[in-house]
Amino acid sequence: MTMLFGVPLAVLYGQLLLGLINGAFYALLSLGLAVIFGLLKIINFAHGALYMLGALCAVVLLNTLGVNYWVALILSPVLVGIFGIFLERFLLRRIAHEDHIYSLLLTFGIALVIQGVFTNIYGVSGMRYPIPEALRGGVNLGFMFLPYYRAWVIVAALVVCFGTWFMIEKTKLGSYLRAGTENAKLMQAFGINVPLLVTLTYGFGVMLAAFAGVLAAPIYSVSPVMGANLLIVVFAVVVIGGMGSIIGAVLTGLGMGIIEGLTKVFYPEASSTVIFLVMVVVLLLRPAGLFGKEA
Amino acid sequence: MSQSLSSVAVHNVGLEQQRRSDRRRLIFQLVLLALALAAPFVIYPVFLMKVLCFALFAVAFNLLLGYVGLLSFGHAAFLSTGGYTTGYLLTTYSGLTPELGILAGTATATMLGLVFGLIAIRRQGIYFAMITLALAQLVFFFYVQSDFTRGEDGLHGIPRGNLFGVISLQDNLSMYYFVLAIFVLGFALVQRTINSPFGYVLKAIKENEARTTSLGYNTDHYKLVAFVISAALAGLAGSVKTIVFQLASLTDAHWHMSGEVVLMTLLGGVGTLLGPVIGAAFVVSLEHQLAQGPLGDWVNVILGGIFVICVLAFRAGIVGEVQKFMKKNFN
Amino acid sequence: MKMIKKTLVAAIASTLMAGGAQATISDNEIRIGYLADMSGMYRDLAGPNGLEALRMAVEDFGGEVNGARITVVSADDRNSPDVASSTVRQWVESDGVDMVAGLVASSVSIAATRILEQSNRLGIVSGSAASSITNEHCTANHIHYVYDTYPLAHGTAKAVVDEGGDDWFILTADYAFGHALEGDVRSVVEANGGKVSQAVRHPFPTSDFSSFILQAQTSGSNVVALANAGSDTINAITTAGEFGLTQSGQTLAALLLFLNDVHALGVETAQGIQLTTGWYWDMDDDARAWADRFYERTNVRPSMVQAGIYSSTMHYLNAVKEAGTDEAQAVRAQMIATPINDMFAKGGYIREDGRMVHDMYLAEVKKPAESTGEWDLYKIIRTIPGDQAYRPLSESQCKLVNN
Repeated sequence: MTMLFGVPLAVLYGQLLLGLINGAFYALLSLGLAVIFGLLKIINFAHGALYMLGALCAVVLLNTLGVNYWVALILSPVLVGIFGIFLERFLLRRIAHEDHIYSLLLTFGIALVIQGVFTNIYGVSGMRYPIPEALRGGVNLGFMFLPYYRAWVIVAALVVCFGTWFMIEKTKLGSYLRAGTENAKLMQAFGINVPLLVTLTYGFGVMLAAFAGVLAAPIYSVSPVMGANLLIVVFAVVVIGGMGSIIGAVLTGLGMGIIEGLTKVFYPEASSTVIFLVMVVVLLLRPAGLFGKEA
Repeated sequence: MSQSLSSVAVHNVGLEQQRRSDRRRLIFQLVLLALALAAPFVIYPVFLMKVLCFALFAVAFNLLLGYVGLLSFGHAAFLSTGGYTTGYLLTTYSGLTPELGILAGTATATMLGLVFGLIAIRRQGIYFAMITLALAQLVFFFYVQSDFTRGEDGLHGIPRGNLFGVISLQDNLSMYYFVLAIFVLGFALVQRTINSPFGYVLKAIKENEARTTSLGYNTDHYKLVAFVISAALAGLAGSVKTIVFQLASLTDAHWHMSGEVVLMTLLGGVGTLLGPVIGAAFVVSLEHQLAQGPLGDWVNVILGGIFVICVLAFRAGIVGEVQKFMKKNFN
Repeated sequence: MKMIKKTLVAAIASTLMAGGAQATISDNEIRIGYLADMSGMYRDLAGPNGLEALRMAVEDFGGEVNGARITVVSADDRNSPDVASSTVRQWVESDGVDMVAGLVASSVSIAATRILEQSNRLGIVSGSAASSITNEHCTANHIHYVYDTYPLAHGTAKAVVDEGGDDWFILTADYAFGHALEGDVRSVVEANGGKVSQAVRHPFPTSDFSSFILQAQTSGSNVVALANAGSDTINAITTAGEFGLTQSGQTLAALLLFLNDVHALGVETAQGIQLTTGWYWDMDDDARAWADRFYERTNVRPSMVQAGIYSSTMHYLNAVKEAGTDEAQAVRAQMIATPINDMFAKGGYIREDGRMVHDMYLAEVKKPAESTGEWDLYKIIRTIPGDQAYRPLSESQCKLVNN
């Protein structure tokens, strides 16, 4: 067997692929954060809690109404997105012109409330969500066994990520969004309803988080605290990519998944820390992140 | 000639006002000190010591956020470094007196602050917050992996020892007055710093860094010094806390701790001297009360709710809002 | 005011006792403090329902001992030794708490028992896994009641080796508990003729285990053991199922798995997994009867920790009654002198190092076809006699044991 640093090459291929799949989750989550920060300048610390809500919502829909996975994949993000719209409309908007740090504190408080309420209802042991019938089983790639569901995760995540990027960077709606953040007054003068645009954007960012949550439900234990530790990792991804950079968030998410995957082979203890090491190095060399514009 | 005279007069009036408000503040602080001296006879001293440790931590943090405008999200690293150093030394070398242990802990945290500062100080806003967070995570990893911290179990049974080798700190009351003395020293240091020419430059950096640079100040240098002072005081708070509770654990190194000090400071009032003290007292008592009350399992919900309300309604924090109210009604 | 009165009464009581007067219950009240994680990751293990178990014990006992009222206070430890230390300090120094129950995270238990030792009160640790609690961290002021890492390793690992699993891949949570469990497993496997070819340490907590499961699959070992707990174990088992670990001929062994974990996993995913437990709600009539009463109050089946809280509180109250005092050493001596025969244990006894020794059980998670209900999860395969399950006193490093 061919070896690299004492690890069989075949194992390494497998780890790279798995890293990429994890990276797809990071990409989805950090994309939502980047969209929200880029357009609203809100540091959304509730993102992890909203991701959890997406997964939990899918479980509840299945257990109470028998809603299947494919419907939940759309319905759950829509429901959580509506919840997000309420959050923006009634809470976040009130501090829109204050310092960023207040949005951080406010969303952190919201996250504590959401997680606390659901912990009291559902406990912390977690709930199970079955893998949809059509995606059970897997394929032997020679170097590893790849469950179909993981393959689906990466396809779905990448499609959504690049769809979002296309919408923001290449369509008319996207250009309104970008212009609205550059100069809201001017846009308003052109007859565009900027506050509505902002609300919808927040809702969309939240939907992305909830979508990631539904994708995660069948493979991770669904519990009210599932998003709590993910949050700072995803934040690190956004910062490394460059705050507000859409493409930066997606590519960094995928890249960090791979780096983390490799660390799990060579120095597993450090696999949850390596991302912060990368962040220090990147910010030293490129102060605004990999894809960020220097202020 | 007359012009310059009148400006001197104006200057004198300003000085007079300044002096009067200084005197008022001094009296106010003496009253507070008297209250603090009497407090352990009414309130459980260990609880008071916990409040004082976190208050010192928050005061240190506020020096950066409130007076330089730098949001550090990695202050847990200094708190825990102070704690672990002191704890490790006092358990390993039985002859060591507590004040030496505290000095060593503070010194180590200061060095770490210098390292953090040199790396982070050139970054601004959210990037500064994130790079301090990243560095603190690396420190956390180091403590998880090191044997001397005993990992998740933590260091236990750290002796309180005899202050200067003479005064036993085993008694809660003498321990309390020792902690109070340290807190007053730390608080005075911060007050002195922000009311010195050095502090005025810091405030100028907060208002407009570019202009301060154009006035010929090396702003990075000023920011670095402020960062190191803040780290040192945070380390001091950690060292003292370790002796009070006789343990050092990973809780202090976790990023939640960095978040907690932000909350204390914001709740109390950023950029006010007393704000972080009140904020720390508020958060510590709230957590204490809630954890023991019938609403034990709703702690997080209630805390979260309070933060939401504070941000929406009392953004200036407790002390900030009181100051606003006083200004409106009594001036 | 109340506090001052209490202190005064306590002072008088202790003077009386020192004077050789008849031992009594201090300030004519027994106060039990329940300290556990009420809102974090160990909430379901003991948490609010553990408090309910404690209250059941107090009610069943009649609410008083020799005329002294029993009161219960509780606090959330937030899994922080700081919080534990300050809460317990306040409880014993100013609230007159006599016994502290619950105690889940091992860092919390160690911090709490240090304070109890200084102030000579009693603690009963029900939730912690670390065997160090009655080894290097033992004190004359606490008892470790339900289980520890030693029987977990000896029960499960020995059973797996006996069935031919001789080449081990261990996936360890990278903190003190995981390391201890890994060490215990290693010695059991090697003593029984097997070998540990690889041990991988994952950060605590981890949500994605696919990478580690893949490493286990390519390792060539025939046993994959999980030396972790809670959500880490749940996620690892789920991922192992997804990647077909057991289909490819490897045995999956979870070293610490609680009833609530298995319930969360479901029998579909968890079927066939062997585990060691100190108690199971459906193991005999006594256990079932108590579990039914518990279910009526909480709507869930009790974990072994919650059952242990009930049993240990009963044992404590009986000892207070017999000894006629709440003085910690007298009560502890009485607890050690009395064997435990109740819904939790038959023929259980407490050793001088504070370890409660009782039979442990090797259980297997039922197959979906065998399971008749939501909580019908285990079948007991074998009983591991208490004296074989726990670390023998001859190997003890506890300061209370003369070795």
